[in-house]
Amino acid sequence: MSIVVQNISKSFKTVQALQEVSFEVKEGELFGLIGPDGAGKTTLFRILTTLLLPQNGQAFVAGFDVKEEYKSIRNCVGYMPGRFSLYQDLTVEENLTFFATTFGTTIEENYDLIKDIYVQIEPFKNRRAKDLSGGMKQKLALCCALIHAPKVLFLDEPTTGVDPVSRKEFWEMLKRLKQQNITILVSTPYMDEASLCDRIAFIQNGKIFKIDSPQNIIRDFQPKIYEVKSDDMYQLLSDLKQIPDTKSTFSFGESIHYINEKTEFTKEKLQTYLNEKAHKNLDIQLIQATIEDVFMNAD
Amino acid sequence: MEQENIIQVNELTKKFGDFVAVKGISFEVKKGEIFGFLGANGAGKTTAMKMLIGISKPTSGMAIVAGLNVAQSANEVKKNIGYMSQKFSLYDDLTIKENIRFFGGIYGLKPKTIQEKTIDLIQRLELEKVADERVGQLPLGWKQKLAFSVALLHEPKIVFLDEPTGGVDPVTRRQFWEMIDEEAHNGTTIFVTTHYMDEAEYCNRVSIMVDGKIEALDTPKKLKEQFKVSSMNDVFLKLARNIE
Repeated sequence: MSIVVQNISKSFKTVQALQEVSFEVKEGELFGLIGPDGAGKTTLFRILTTLLLPQNGQAFVAGFDVKEEYKSIRNCVGYMPGRFSLYQDLTVEENLTFFATTFGTTIEENYDLIKDIYVQIEPFKNRRAKDLSGGMKQKLALCCALIHAPKVLFLDEPTTGVDPVSRKEFWEMLKRLKQQNITILVSTPYMDEASLCDRIAFIQNGKIFKIDSPQNIIRDFQPKIYEVKSDDMYQLLSDLKQIPDTKSTFSFGESIHYINEKTEFTKEKLQTYLNEKAHKNLDIQLIQATIEDVFMNAD
Repeated sequence: MEQENIIQVNELTKKFGDFVAVKGISFEVKKGEIFGFLGANGAGKTTAMKMLIGISKPTSGMAIVAGLNVAQSANEVKKNIGYMSQKFSLYDDLTIKENIRFFGGIYGLKPKTIQEKTIDLIQRLELEKVADERVGQLPLGWKQKLAFSVALLHEPKIVFLDEPTGGVDPVTRRQFWEMIDEEAHNGTTIFVTTHYMDEAEYCNRVSIMVDGKIEALDTPKKLKEQFKVSSMNDVFLKLARNIE
């Protein structure tokens, strides 16, 4: 096991940030911590990277205790905090050199590990970090977190506020790093990214309420989901909400995902009900859940 | 019937030294429309938006917002618009009530109006229990819903939303868009940026900026037809890939 977390709790004044959190991450696993802002993700990262002490519970990273052996942990983990963590006034190359030197290594020594990513920002190596675009900043931050060849990589919301193109590229880079047997713990508020992880944990209000592979999580989701479309989506949403025993109505881009509490509820019933409301171009499909459906319908 | 244009942009350009951040963009936004302003990081969205809300002067070209030329009447423009961004919207160290009072004052509302609006707004957002707590204590999702309502305090004709839902949980994100929809139905024009491509589908029309220029502008449906793909995410990937 690369990361072991046992009953970790942490509170700040009136806020209980983490409550009895437990999970394990295997070596070489890409493990996703999925949850919204304020769920406790960053607190957990800070505990595992030895920047914060837990009040209760135990945690081990690469075999070392986060409380007793913090120096050993710091040497063998890479950490990319949520907020842009680089030195704004240093250039791309200076930032990288700085991080390499701090860990007693050089860019050359571990160049292989960062090469794929670094070549993309190398044309801008003399540009200051503050003048980089969002996507390039993420790439540089990842290089800096990797330059000492860590065993475990902690990425706290690396793609928040990043456009879809850069997000896609970023996940392709993570897949390649995984092949190098680096354990990766990554957090994200983007539910579509969850399906790219080996396993995920859902976290909300400081508690983990589900841990499994994305495939199993989708497979185990019981309720029937109807994907509904019509020409007047605004009206459709309010009509759907009026149906007796409605569990949830969530907009998903050009359609609405509808779930009813009652197992005897059918597509035909839904069809009949909406036909009475005179919707044009009505389309109803029974669909498989997405990770986002599961997350939003968790009780 | 042709609806009136509430935003009209013509060859709008912004240069920083040799760097041209916005390269002569032209488009219109109709009254009551939800207009999605998309683009990759660094494509020039924020720079363009800053010109439209009167806090950055165009190098050349023209933008008319709510009937006013942004280059000449920046301060008048500000009175007619609301603005919220992910990065800055409310003061964390002030309570919910204090924030409402502060922004009401900034927007020039009468104390009595502010009082009425405060009660109404706190009720509508179900914030009665936390009304006297500091905004910094609130979950991001609540904060963003509050910030949106505060941006609408002075009943602006247009509201500009810069990545209002970044990092917000999926349920609250949808509630936020229901608020946007309702406001648009009341006739307010919504100008919004987002990195969530499902949200692009909720817009009446969407523009996609690449490298300082608007490369595509249409309804989500027509854009998907034009690029022969099934989602806005794919439209975006097709247009913006390999550019940086």
